Amino acid sequence: MLIRTTVNGIAHELEVAPETSLLTLLRNGLGLTGSKNACEEGECGSCSVWLDGELACACLVPALQADRREVRTVEALAGNGELHPVQKAFVAAGAVQCGFCTPGLVVAVSDLLERNPTASDEEIRQALEGNLCRCTGYAKVLEAARIAAGRGTAPRAVEHGVVGESTRRVDAPAKVTGTFAYGSDLRADGMLHGATLRSPHASARVHSIDVAAAEAAPGVHAVLTASDVPGRRTFGLEFADQPVLAWDVVRYEGEPVAVVAADTLEQARSALELIDVDYEPLPVVLDMEDALLPDTPRVHEHGNVLRHLHIVHGAPDRAEADVWVEGFYETAMQDQAPLGPEGALAAPTEDGGVELRTVTQWLHVDRQQIAPCLDLPAEKVRVTLAGVGGAFGSREDIHAQIHAGLLALATERPVRIAYSREESFHGHVHRHPSRYWVRLGATRDGRLVAGDVRLLLDAGAYTSSSPAVLTNAATFSTGPYEVPTVRIEATAVHTNNPPCGAMRGFGAPQPCFAYESAMDALAAKLDIDPVELRRRNALRTGSVLPTGQVLEGSAPVREVIDRCAAMPLPEDPLPDGWVRGVGFAVGFKNVAYSEGFDDSAEATVTLRHGPEGLEAEVRTAAVDAGHGVLTVLAQIARTELGVERVAVLPADTSEIGSAGSSSASRQTTMSGGAVLAACRGIRAALDADGAALPITRTATYRHRPTTGFDEDGQGDIHVTLSFVAERAVVDVDPELGLARVVEIAAVQDAGRVVNPQAAEGQVEGGVAIGLGLALMEELQLDGGRIRNPSFTDYLIPTILDVPPVRSAFVEEPEPGAPYGVKGIGEHPTIAATPAIVSALRAATGRVLNRVPVTPDDLVGLRLPVERPERPPIPDVPGQQPVPEYLGLELGQHELMKAR
Amino acid sequence: MSDTTPRNHAGLRPAGVRHRPPGAFVPRSLEEALEARAAHPEAVPVAGGTDLWVEANAHRLHPPALLDLSRVDELRAWERRNGTVFVGAGVTFTRVLDELGAFPALVEAARTIGSPQIRNRATIGGNLGTASPAGDGIAVLAAYDAEVVAGAAGGRTRRIPLGEFLVGPKRTSLAPDELILGVEWTPSPGSGSFAKVGRRNAMVISVASVCLQLDEEAHRVRLALGSVGPTVLRAPRAEDFAAGLDWSHPNSGLEEFGRLAASDSRPIDDHRGTAAYRRHAVGVLAQRALARALEERC
Repeated sequence: MLIRTTVNGIAHELEVAPETSLLTLLRNGLGLTGSKNACEEGECGSCSVWLDGELACACLVPALQADRREVRTVEALAGNGELHPVQKAFVAAGAVQCGFCTPGLVVAVSDLLERNPTASDEEIRQALEGNLCRCTGYAKVLEAARIAAGRGTAPRAVEHGVVGESTRRVDAPAKVTGTFAYGSDLRADGMLHGATLRSPHASARVHSIDVAAAEAAPGVHAVLTASDVPGRRTFGLEFADQPVLAWDVVRYEGEPVAVVAADTLEQARSALELIDVDYEPLPVVLDMEDALLPDTPRVHEHGNVLRHLHIVHGAPDRAEADVWVEGFYETAMQDQAPLGPEGALAAPTEDGGVELRTVTQWLHVDRQQIAPCLDLPAEKVRVTLAGVGGAFGSREDIHAQIHAGLLALATERPVRIAYSREESFHGHVHRHPSRYWVRLGATRDGRLVAGDVRLLLDAGAYTSSSPAVLTNAATFSTGPYEVPTVRIEATAVHTNNPPCGAMRGFGAPQPCFAYESAMDALAAKLDIDPVELRRRNALRTGSVLPTGQVLEGSAPVREVIDRCAAMPLPEDPLPDGWVRGVGFAVGFKNVAYSEGFDDSAEATVTLRHGPEGLEAEVRTAAVDAGHGVLTVLAQIARTELGVERVAVLPADTSEIGSAGSSSASRQTTMSGGAVLAACRGIRAALDADGAALPITRTATYRHRPTTGFDEDGQGDIHVTLSFVAERAVVDVDPELGLARVVEIAAVQDAGRVVNPQAAEGQVEGGVAIGLGLALMEELQLDGGRIRNPSFTDYLIPTILDVPPVRSAFVEEPEPGAPYGVKGIGEHPTIAATPAIVSALRAATGRVLNRVPVTPDDLVGLRLPVERPERPPIPDVPGQQPVPEYLGLELGQHELMKAR
Repeated sequence: MSDTTPRNHAGLRPAGVRHRPPGAFVPRSLEEALEARAAHPEAVPVAGGTDLWVEANAHRLHPPALLDLSRVDELRAWERRNGTVFVGAGVTFTRVLDELGAFPALVEAARTIGSPQIRNRATIGGNLGTASPAGDGIAVLAAYDAEVVAGAAGGRTRRIPLGEFLVGPKRTSLAPDELILGVEWTPSPGSGSFAKVGRRNAMVISVASVCLQLDEEAHRVRLALGSVGPTVLRAPRAEDFAAGLDWSHPNSGLEEFGRLAASDSRPIDDHRGTAAYRRHAVGVLAQRALARALEERC
């Protein structure tokens, strides 16, 4: 029907279909993509707009209801090149990270302050209860609203900061105004829309796929199946074992089977319904322990063991201790739940190649996986970064890139694939569910003498980055403590559950929950204060790790513990009938890649005279997924070159070498190190011969080399470690089993803090994700199928769930690292979960050995999981992943070896 | 915000062929709306869209046509009548918060429904029409002994007690030619409250909820339970027990009331909570609600 509506003061006459939402009308019909499509079920507030002056989620407004009404969007807020006061406040407060939720938050805060210009903190929190943010943990959002309400107190970021100064994000203005283009906002002239048919079965044989009806459907330009993949039919980060499109069998629910390109998304989705796939359901492997049983069906031909690590240090068979504690601990499947769904826009190029704009964490390794599948040489595949709406590991694996490329080549038209929220849950990997059997031995005065750990990770149907996640999950399993005698047996198994891979913490949160729970049990058994027990055993520089590695870098473990424990406790009143608990946990993780990986990052810096004086230009392929690396790179260039104006160019694969991934808490060290080296090259040139500007220098940064495991699991595995201590104060309603986190105190080892406001933001946001795993976040599976693939049912913390985070940093420089920095992005997540669960135990006295903790656990309706039998040690040849023995094609190792 | 029962796999293997709707009906008055309803019973009524458009966006809703009720002013009024209160189907939960402060339980429920963005659009009529067992507004109206007022073309109206209106999960006894005009109840002298539990502090669909309303005159307690049965339930055994209780000295009667409320529930396990916890939680919530109500008498 025809509607007349006024949007941001401009009258429009538009034809809309009755089932169209106002959000679709704004984004597709009017090109106003500042309102974001994160959930499309009114759960996240990212599409907040005003309809006749009332705040609404545009996704739930039938477009026809905009007829003769006035719509106002985020695009109306800034005028004449001047940001709206709320937008300015978001920039100054550091309330912007990935920015995907930001337009919705800016609109919601503006709405509140228009009605209530002096809103209190509580009124702000209540008003923002429907706006989800996955990056910030809401603390800086609250501060931004305070600033806009005229009473902000926290230090504000400066525009042109150097290393050590709180500095405004280089991309913040575009993000607060809604002009920053994310994967789902991409468009091109003549663009087709792609859609993906996914398996409804967790395990099935594919007998046939009939696409004839789909091909004949209106608007359809291409329907592709596995037989249409011109090159390699599989991809993968470590092993290319994952089908681009399934052919013979499907191994998990949601596995792509066919893709369609059509004139409209509606047509593409309708065509999917016409594809007739003849599936024969096969037996399903669902449980990670069952996967190891001899009679269990094999998910892959080589069996269900992906990798087994065997680590022995000292003489564990003869270990003696005064006191032993033994426990079983389990963690659930967590989702990264970035607010921005996956998207890719592929366009054919004149040379027969393809140009891809997409959401990723590592452009070059994407290209390395995409090109062989498209049967193109790497140089004919250009990958450019689109705006990344949060990552947390979920963008490390390929999602729609190859599919979009295939469709673009087949149709000779640009093709966009943009996932819905539900498809996003099926379209990326998740955090591995884990099971840990832990035995710790100590002397009577609380010195750890032995650790014996058996652990399993459920890798799901394909490899992804599971072998590397297992390395962390194994090597960290006795904690940041000196344990002279250790045996660790760690297995990653295949099941027909969704594939698991990278998520913030990358194999460190699972052991942290296990060893910190065991440390609390040990403290109780020895009657020693749990904080003191941790102090007594803390790693330090020179300590020997279970892998025999001597810890050579900085290791201020006692310092983070002591400073965290010394922080004042909150004085919030305890509600009537509730009980309060305090818990403490120490977490740690490697920075950068481990196990002999040849890790490097490249940067090019130019210093020149610009129209307004000296200026620098920085080019890297580093992905800013919201954590702020681009701003850090600009700060480094300013510091080294003494210029104020620094332009950081967009990342792509054609102009610059690999930056490695924005993961493993590594980019400040790696790309930061490359920019630092390039800048110093420029300075050296200026000093040496007074060379004339412009000067351009390219540099590559490498950290010190590491090694793999020997047959006893010994080796110089990790580059360096970084540490965090967290204390949680939690209130519990013991009758209803409801928990409310009152405060988290966090002290993070950072080497050197480059951007204090952004570093605080990493701690606050990281804590929120750890809180989610402690209390609410679980992808629930039933027969391998995800039961809750939506923001209605996969709950992530709201502004009313995340408490104030009191944070501080210990700055003990890391030898050999640029400015002594250490990555911090992942660490706050790791210790938050066990600290919160420890507080829950203290409050309730209950045994809690599984996360997330449910209300059933807290009222005693669900008993602790008991699994006294340790699973068998699988019979595999050695320490390498099983596919590697079989000579399967390598993924990213191949890239790095080729360099 | 919608509490769709466990998901099908529409995103994975869409089912059924869609039909492009021929159009939408946009009545400007109640009379027009009822006529359109009679002439096009296949058209799906929509007011705020906060439940319905979740389904539309997920391609689970393929209505042959829509009936937009957002421009029917008559549905947006509420008034006190002779000893009763009538709230029009189009009254939003934001307006409940702002205007219906005389009904504390309804306000408490409204505060927990969705977010400001949702409450600005979601209506009492939509809550009733969706007829979810987790409908927080419905739990209050059930404890109020409210009647749904349904209308049809030609000025026909029908009053349907809530217990007869709700016939199953997301199913009502509304006839195909009827629209929900509003809801009407006789305010009881005495205090009342609403409480719900979920796994986070905002934006959560009830895992269990209760609404309790005292009726001082009749010396009765009315107790409604949400998310613990196929529809919002009343708790007859708990209510009868409370009627026989000495309200000034309830003593251990409070615990028994909670126990009976739990036994009146008929919960199931699903992805939001276990039946055991739901039963436990409604017992605790009911006991607390009665204790609070009796304390407020003093």
